[in-house]
Amino acid sequence: MTRFILRRLGEGAISILGASLIVFVISRLSGDPVVLMLPPDAPASSVQALRQTLGLDQPFVIQYGMFLTRALHGDFGQSYRWQMPALRLILERLPATVQLAVAGLCFSLCVAVPVGVFSAVNHGGWIDRMGRIFAMLGQAMPAFWVGLLLILTFAIQLEWLPAFGYGGINHLVLPAIALGWYPVAAMTRIVRSAMLDVLNTDHIRLARALGIPERLIIWKYAFRNAAVPLLTMLGVYFAAMLGGSFVVEVIFAWPGVGRTVVEAVFSRDFPVVQAGVLSASVMFVLANLLVDLSYGFVDPRIRDER
Amino acid sequence: MSVSIATPGPRLLGRLRLALGLRGVPWIALLVLLLVLICAAGGEAIAPNDPNDLDLGAAFRPPVFELGGSFATPLGTDNLGRDLLSRIMGGARVSVIVAFYAIILSGSIGALAGMASGYFGGMIDTLIMRLVEIQQSVPSVALALILAAALSPGLTTVIVVIALTYWAWYARIIRGEVLSLKTRDYVAYARVAGVGTATIFLRHLLPNILNTLLVLATLQVGQVILFEASLSFLGLGVQQPDVSWGLMLSDARQYITHAWWPITMPGLAIMLTCLSANIVGDWLRDRLDPHLRQL
Repeated sequence: MTRFILRRLGEGAISILGASLIVFVISRLSGDPVVLMLPPDAPASSVQALRQTLGLDQPFVIQYGMFLTRALHGDFGQSYRWQMPALRLILERLPATVQLAVAGLCFSLCVAVPVGVFSAVNHGGWIDRMGRIFAMLGQAMPAFWVGLLLILTFAIQLEWLPAFGYGGINHLVLPAIALGWYPVAAMTRIVRSAMLDVLNTDHIRLARALGIPERLIIWKYAFRNAAVPLLTMLGVYFAAMLGGSFVVEVIFAWPGVGRTVVEAVFSRDFPVVQAGVLSASVMFVLANLLVDLSYGFVDPRIRDER
Repeated sequence: MSVSIATPGPRLLGRLRLALGLRGVPWIALLVLLLVLICAAGGEAIAPNDPNDLDLGAAFRPPVFELGGSFATPLGTDNLGRDLLSRIMGGARVSVIVAFYAIILSGSIGALAGMASGYFGGMIDTLIMRLVEIQQSVPSVALALILAAALSPGLTTVIVVIALTYWAWYARIIRGEVLSLKTRDYVAYARVAGVGTATIFLRHLLPNILNTLLVLATLQVGQVILFEASLSFLGLGVQQPDVSWGLMLSDARQYITHAWWPITMPGLAIMLTCLSANIVGDWLRDRLDPHLRQL
């Protein structure tokens, strides 16, 4: 187990390192950052001086090394727009994003688990068929359109919930549904097929033969086994939520990392974009790492194999 | 003279469909996709109105079935009085262009990387698979944001971002296919007979993964269209005065309290197109490559 954890940690570190390289290379694609930082009529000598202080006259590898060292110290530079260190800004906005992603994940689990389980238990039944139609529809609707439709219906027509902003639970409902909408289809499918597999195994048949109540068989004996594939995918979904939050946060004016980075892109606030994208990648990798480590605890067979 | 032509019409049709292998073909989905393609090719020429034609007097005219609607603008007009139907037809072009180039690009990069990775193994395999993992550790929207910040937002950026996001997906699956193909006798014999690597790739591996590639590409269409719409909605994709479904929604969003149709109609276009593409993709997968069902 220890070796497994160490290997996964190492792989995670390499992934983050790779992500930082991608961020760095793409940032350099924009051309000479000095041109953007100084007024157009700046004298050549001050351009040269700034290049030297930024280390832009050094070879590429050394520049990347400097970027990495600074990033490890949490220094991505000062945000031009918000007038504060870029990383501090991102970290301030992070809790709102995590809150939204967790709420979105809860929403999709609350829909996917019951629908998936019931679809498998009475497969071919009406829940199964309706579920499949909904899944097809859900995968064809972009998250931002779902968000707009939700605002249109529940905020403008019915006036039940606020259309945007940050605050209590009622502000969280619509964005969480918009964010959690897309993964529902895939999650339902995973739960359904895993349940179908488990329900066909001998221990379930034995439980049935022993006359154990059906509800207990389904939720205690079958679902706990069927939950493993879902759990292994949970990291991927949490990561997808982080990705989706860029769009959803913009629609609902949610003060999270996503909206901040989008605003930073438009004001060409590069330090914030770099810090935001890199911290999103770190969370992405961490989420997958946590899941990898956790399913060893859920399913002892996996733990022993490694 | 009176021979077997006496078979009743419907059964004849049924037999014909069976003989041609057309049973269970998703006709409606294929028809929708064909319609999208026609709109993309025809564009302004077949649209009832000019997609960019302003008419402030006719702003926010509702769809034809609502009070105050008009047959001249069957789906209503937006805040500048532009005809939504014509704009949706014009917007099909961007979706088709992006889907086409992005899929060709990501598919060929991914297929090549996957084939090399699976066939050569060793260092090359490790390197490419590591790249795949690194690629997958940057959320694709984040990648799009930083690319758009570095380059200028536009159609090319969208295509590059999608290609960079999806090649890894192809590479992973193709690698798996090639790993099993590589052990087949005819590949081994070809190698023993001194056939060059390029020939083995082209003549012995590629024909065997074409089905998989086709299925993956069809399944990707819907995702690409959704992705392009999201990027254009954020203002990172297609720019005015080009028409795109995502851009239409981003315009409509500012007037969400005024009218529901500028929000609903372009979204329906996105949904129908993606739905059809996914249905066709599922159908192709079941016919050509059922073992990919896990995707």
